[in-house]
Amino acid sequence: MKKLLISTALVAITGVAATTAQAQDVSACLITKTDTNPFFVKMREGAEAAAAEAGITLRSYAGRVDGDHETQVAAIETCIADGASGILITASDTSSIVGAVTQARDAGLLVIALDTPLEPIDAANATFATDNFLAGELIGQWAAASLGDAAADARIAMLDLAVSQPSVDVLRNQGFLQGFGIDLGDANRIGDETDPRIVGNDVTAGNEEGGRRAMENLLAIDPMINVVYTINEPAAAGAYEALRSIGRENDVLIVSVDGGCPGVQNVADGVIGATSQQYPLRMASLGIEAIAAFAADGTLPENTPGKDFFDTGVALVTGAPVDGVDSIDVAAGQDLCWG
Amino acid sequence: MSTKNDDYEAVVKTGNQGTVAAFAPARKGALAQIQHMLHLQPALVPLFVLAMSIVTFGLLLGTKFFSPFALTLILQQVQIVGIVAAAQSLVILTAGIDLSVGAIAVLSSVIMGQFTFRYGLPVEIAVLCGLAFGTAIGALNGWLVAVMKLPPFIVTLGMWQIVLAANFLYSRNETIRAQDIESEASLLQFLGTTFKVGADESGGGGATFTYGVIVMVLIFLILAYMLRHTAWGRHIYAVGDDPDAAQLSGVNVRATIISVYALTGFICAIAGWALIGRIGSVSPTSGQLLNIESITAVVIGGISLFGGRGSILGTFFGALIVGVFTLGLRLAGADAQWTFLLIGVLIIAAVAVDQWIRKVSG
Repeated sequence: MKKLLISTALVAITGVAATTAQAQDVSACLITKTDTNPFFVKMREGAEAAAAEAGITLRSYAGRVDGDHETQVAAIETCIADGASGILITASDTSSIVGAVTQARDAGLLVIALDTPLEPIDAANATFATDNFLAGELIGQWAAASLGDAAADARIAMLDLAVSQPSVDVLRNQGFLQGFGIDLGDANRIGDETDPRIVGNDVTAGNEEGGRRAMENLLAIDPMINVVYTINEPAAAGAYEALRSIGRENDVLIVSVDGGCPGVQNVADGVIGATSQQYPLRMASLGIEAIAAFAADGTLPENTPGKDFFDTGVALVTGAPVDGVDSIDVAAGQDLCWG
Repeated sequence: MSTKNDDYEAVVKTGNQGTVAAFAPARKGALAQIQHMLHLQPALVPLFVLAMSIVTFGLLLGTKFFSPFALTLILQQVQIVGIVAAAQSLVILTAGIDLSVGAIAVLSSVIMGQFTFRYGLPVEIAVLCGLAFGTAIGALNGWLVAVMKLPPFIVTLGMWQIVLAANFLYSRNETIRAQDIESEASLLQFLGTTFKVGADESGGGGATFTYGVIVMVLIFLILAYMLRHTAWGRHIYAVGDDPDAAQLSGVNVRATIISVYALTGFICAIAGWALIGRIGSVSPTSGQLLNIESITAVVIGGISLFGGRGSILGTFFGALIVGVFTLGLRLAGADAQWTFLLIGVLIIAAVAVDQWIRKVSG
C-alpha cells in the first residue's frame, strides 16, 4: 500500500513535471522601455493575450525609466539563459543593445524589435513597428489642407521629444514637415530647416509638463503661432494648457501622434485637431505569433513590401476630415485606442 | 635683580587703562569684507547671480526676454520646483536631504485626482486627503530619521522608490484629462488660475501670474519669517549645525526633525496640487526629476549641504536662476544641453563659494 502511494505520488510528480515542461517548451520574452507608459502597458497586455492563446509562456521585463539600457541587457541575458525561443524588444538604446541582441541571435533566438527599430535595423530578425514618418506625414498633410491658403504664412511650433533626437522623434518631425510641404534639409536631423514659417523647435520629454513648458518658450518667441506639431498626445495636452493660459486655444491647430484613448478623447473635444493612431497591441500580438511560428518550424517573419520593417499600420483620427487625406472618425479611433 | 619686566604688580596699580585683550582687528581688505558680509547674508550671492543673468539675457535678447510676459513666465515655469525646493531647504538646513519630494508631490496629486474621480469624493475632501497623505509620508520619513536614527539619504532613497512605485500601481498609469477635471472638479486646477497685469486689449503680453506662483512666493516668505524669527526656526539651524549641542541646550531634536520632514511632505503635496493647475491634468509620469531639480535650486541658492547655514530666500533665487537660464538660452536659440552644462557650472561654483565663506570664523 505504501509502495503504491509512493509510486502514485511519483507518477503524479513526474506527470506534473512533464506537463510543465511541455507548456514551457515554447517561451518568449517581452522587453519594454518602461512599464509605466500606457503604450508599453498595452503592448504587454496584447502580448499576454496572444501568448495565452498560442500556449506560450511569456516573461515580461522592463527598464525602470526610458533610457535604462542596463536592465534591458540583463533581461536579454536572462532570456538566453532561460532557453526562450524568441525576444520582443522595444530598445531604449537602439545601437548599444545590438551586442546583446547578436548574442541572443547566436544562441538561436528570434529577436523582433517592436515599435523602435534598432540601429542598424537588420540587427534584429525583424521589426514590427509603426511607420513613424508616415504618421508624421499624415498630420502634416491634414494641417496644410485644413489651413488651405493660410498654410503659406503659417506660424509653426515643433514640439519634439528629446535633445538626443531618437529615431522616432526625427521620423515624426520630418514626416510632419514633409506632409506640410516644407523643405527638409537633412532628413535625419531635426531643426536644420530654414523655412521661415517654423518658429522653433523645443523638447517636451513626451509629457504634459514638458509640452506646456516648450509651448510657453516658443510662444515667447512668437505669440502668434497657429500650428503646433507635437510628438505625442500628452505633450499636446500640455501645449493646449499653455495656449489656454493666454486665451489662444481656439485659434491654434494642434496635431499629434499616438492614438491613446485620452488623446482620441481630446480629438473629440477639439483640443487636438488630428492625431495619427498607432497599434501597440497589434505589434505585440503579431510578434508573439511570429515567435510561435518560428518555434514550430523555423519560419522567419517577412517585411512589408517596399519597407525594411513590418508595418503594423497607422490611421489618421480626426473629427474634421479633409479631401485627399485618408482618415477615420473619432468613434472608430475610440474603438481602436489604447491606454 | 628686579627689572621692570618682572614688576607684575605695576599693571594692577596703574589700572586697566589700555585694552587688555581684544579680538584681532578685522581684516581690512575689500575681499575679506565681502566674505564677511556673505557670511552674514548668504542669499546675496544667488541674488547677485540672478540680477546679472537677467541683465545679461536682457541685453542679449532685448524685449523678447526683458518683457513682463517673459519674466513672469519664468515665475510660472519655476513654481513647482520652487515650492518643492522651499521644502527641500528645510530638510537640508537640518543637515538632511529628501530624495522623495517629487514622488510625494506626484502621488499627492494622483490621490487628489483619483479620490475625486474613482471614489466620487467631494473635491475639497480629496484635496485635503492629498495634503494629509503628503504630510503623513513626510512625518514617516522624519520618524525614521529622528527616532530610528537612519541616515536621511537612505530613508528618503527608499521612500522615493516606494512612493513612486505606489504612484504607478495606484494610478494604473492613467492620466486624468484636463477637460474632465475642468468640468467636474475645477478646484483641482485652482492653483493654475491666471490673472494678468497690464495686458494689451486682446489679452496678449503683460505680466501673467498664477495662484500657484503666489503660493510659491508666500511659502518662501512665511518660511523665511519662521526660520529667522521663531524658536522653531532657530532650532532647525541649531539641529543642523550640531544636533548634540542643540540637544544639550534643551532643543527637542526629535520633534524638530519630525516636524521638518512632515512640513516638507505637506509643502510637497501643495506642489502636487499646483502641478495639476499647471499641466491641467493629473499625470502620474510628471515630476520625475523634482528631487534633483529642487536640490539644484537649494545648492545654487547657497544653502550648505552640511546643514545649519544658508537662507531660504537664497533657494528662491536659486530656482529663479535656473528658470532664467532655461528660458534665456531657449530664446537665444541655444541647444537645450547648454542649459544643463551651465547649471552644472553654477552648482560647482555655488559650493566653491560656500566653502570659501565657511572660512570666516565667528
